[in-house]
Amino acid sequence: MNTFDLEKIFQEKIDGEIKIEPKDWMPDAYRKTNIRQISQHAHSEIVGMLPEGNWISRAPSLKRKAILLAKVQDEAGHGLYLYSACETLGITREETINDLHSGKAKYSSIFNYPTLTWADMGAIGWLVDGAAIMNQVMLTRTSYGPYARAMVRICKEESFHQRQGFEILLVLSRGSEEQKAMCQDAINRWWWPSLMMFGPHDSESTNSEQSMKWKIKRKTNDELRQNFVDMCAEQVKILGMKLPDDKLKWNDKKQHYDFGEIDWNEFWNVVKGNGPCNKQRLDARRKAWEEGEWVREAAAAFAEKRKARQQAA
Amino acid sequence: MNQLLIDYTLHLADNSLILGQRNSEWCGHGPVLEQDIAITNISLDLIGQARNFYQYAAQLINAQDKSEGPKAPAPLERGFGGEVTEDSLAYLRKEREFSNCLLVEQPNKDWAQTILRQFFFSQYQYLLFEQLQNTKDEQLAAIAEKSLKEITYHLRWSGEWVIRLGDGTEESHQRMIKAIDELWRYTGEMFTPAEYEKTFGIDFNKIKEDWSQKVKIIFDEASLIPPLGGGGAAFMQTGGKTGKHTEHLGYILTELQYMQRAYPRCEW
Ligand SMILES: [Fe+2]
Ligand SMILES: [Fe+2]
Ligand SMILES: [Fe+2]
Repeated sequence: MNTFDLEKIFQEKIDGEIKIEPKDWMPDAYRKTNIRQISQHAHSEIVGMLPEGNWISRAPSLKRKAILLAKVQDEAGHGLYLYSACETLGITREETINDLHSGKAKYSSIFNYPTLTWADMGAIGWLVDGAAIMNQVMLTRTSYGPYARAMVRICKEESFHQRQGFEILLVLSRGSEEQKAMCQDAINRWWWPSLMMFGPHDSESTNSEQSMKWKIKRKTNDELRQNFVDMCAEQVKILGMKLPDDKLKWNDKKQHYDFGEIDWNEFWNVVKGNGPCNKQRLDARRKAWEEGEWVREAAAAFAEKRKARQQAA
Repeated sequence: MNQLLIDYTLHLADNSLILGQRNSEWCGHGPVLEQDIAITNISLDLIGQARNFYQYAAQLINAQDKSEGPKAPAPLERGFGGEVTEDSLAYLRKEREFSNCLLVEQPNKDWAQTILRQFFFSQYQYLLFEQLQNTKDEQLAAIAEKSLKEITYHLRWSGEWVIRLGDGTEESHQRMIKAIDELWRYTGEMFTPAEYEKTFGIDFNKIKEDWSQKVKIIFDEASLIPPLGGGGAAFMQTGGKTGKHTEHLGYILTELQYMQRAYPRCEW
């Protein structure tokens, strides 16, 4: 079969909602886009462990400590599933990780912001996991089979994280004056970066159109962002807090909330590596990897020795 | 008698909490993703154990309070709605009030040291809890029995890593030797009972004997040798069980207790 026919069959499968599996023929660009997106997602899970990891040792109660530790551990698990999904496209975990450490691969910019107070654990759960879910629920129907299946597992845990985060904020919102202020401050700092998680406007987004056609994505950045704003604008009322946007207002005609414009200058700055924690996050990941090298080597050497001994016996 | 039970329960809780806190420092920084998850799992188990013990201790203290009048112990004076809780015990007791063994408060340093600390402790905890599940205090026995399943896994995991590192590369072998040199001196304390440990029918001599034997089996497989052949000659540091700690504990508590100290009497 020539490439033209293969591409036709491929697109027919996609249009017929049949998942693409690792052994199926796929256009090179489809493979590359999936590798880029899945690895970026995997890295986000792993780098995303750092800002919340920052509060494990200082969690304010034993119950909160256990919940936070389990949450950060879940993210490690998500990273594992996603690296595995990525490997089905013919790239090893080690290669993928090297791309992160060299700066070639990206991860979600949201994790380049610092976690300054305990309330940030709540705001991250509610807003960051919340925004991630919007995207990930869509991805449970993405066209590449292993990615879609990884997402089904992950989504269940993410919605749990979001509820836990909201609950942290709810307790703060009913606490002392200081706790309330801490809660509002965290929402103020995490709101705009969360909106940035959905990426540039559709009109500016380079990959969007092809990704929609291949059903890698099924909703545009702006659609997802709007859904997120609509959801949070209601939920924040339960907290008795405010979202930091003067333009936020229900629009009866559109049946959606209107909201203000993202500071795109800040957005591109963080993408380019100038966010408050870009350097620290990447340094931390590299350090863990480099300091772990002798451990991985020892494990490999031991496995070899054991195999040789078993063969000799 | 009740005070001994309270002290003993707190000692068991402190051991689990401090080691859990130490292990949790690895979360997000492990040498490989699977092991990051594994050490976090152990940390979660230990914090779970600590919570069980603290809750029991709190219950005993609160009951004692009612029967003996307003002679409240220190943590009670500091809030939490007038009752001692698992959190007041973990977050408001001070350096000299913690009675964990010195071993568990030692820093993570590298993976070798973390692994060896876990192995030494899990082997001890396994042998101790095997006996403790038959102790006459039903609640302690129940917690011990429940914890043993987890400890069995911690012991297997850490023992396998001791072997892997001891018999891995030259570098990993050297790092294990260094870890033994750092940590061996803190093992003797585990087998030297404090006053509060003496009335629960625990045979510490047997624990010590079995521990030495089990450690030797794993060390043999890992091509490692305990100092002075593992005999009784090596000098052992003690004091943790009676609140005389290494300088590390103060810093652990500074982080652990930060929120409760900075924002007293709050719900979280
Ligand atoms: Fe996740
Ligand atoms: Fe995610
Ligand atoms: Fe999450």
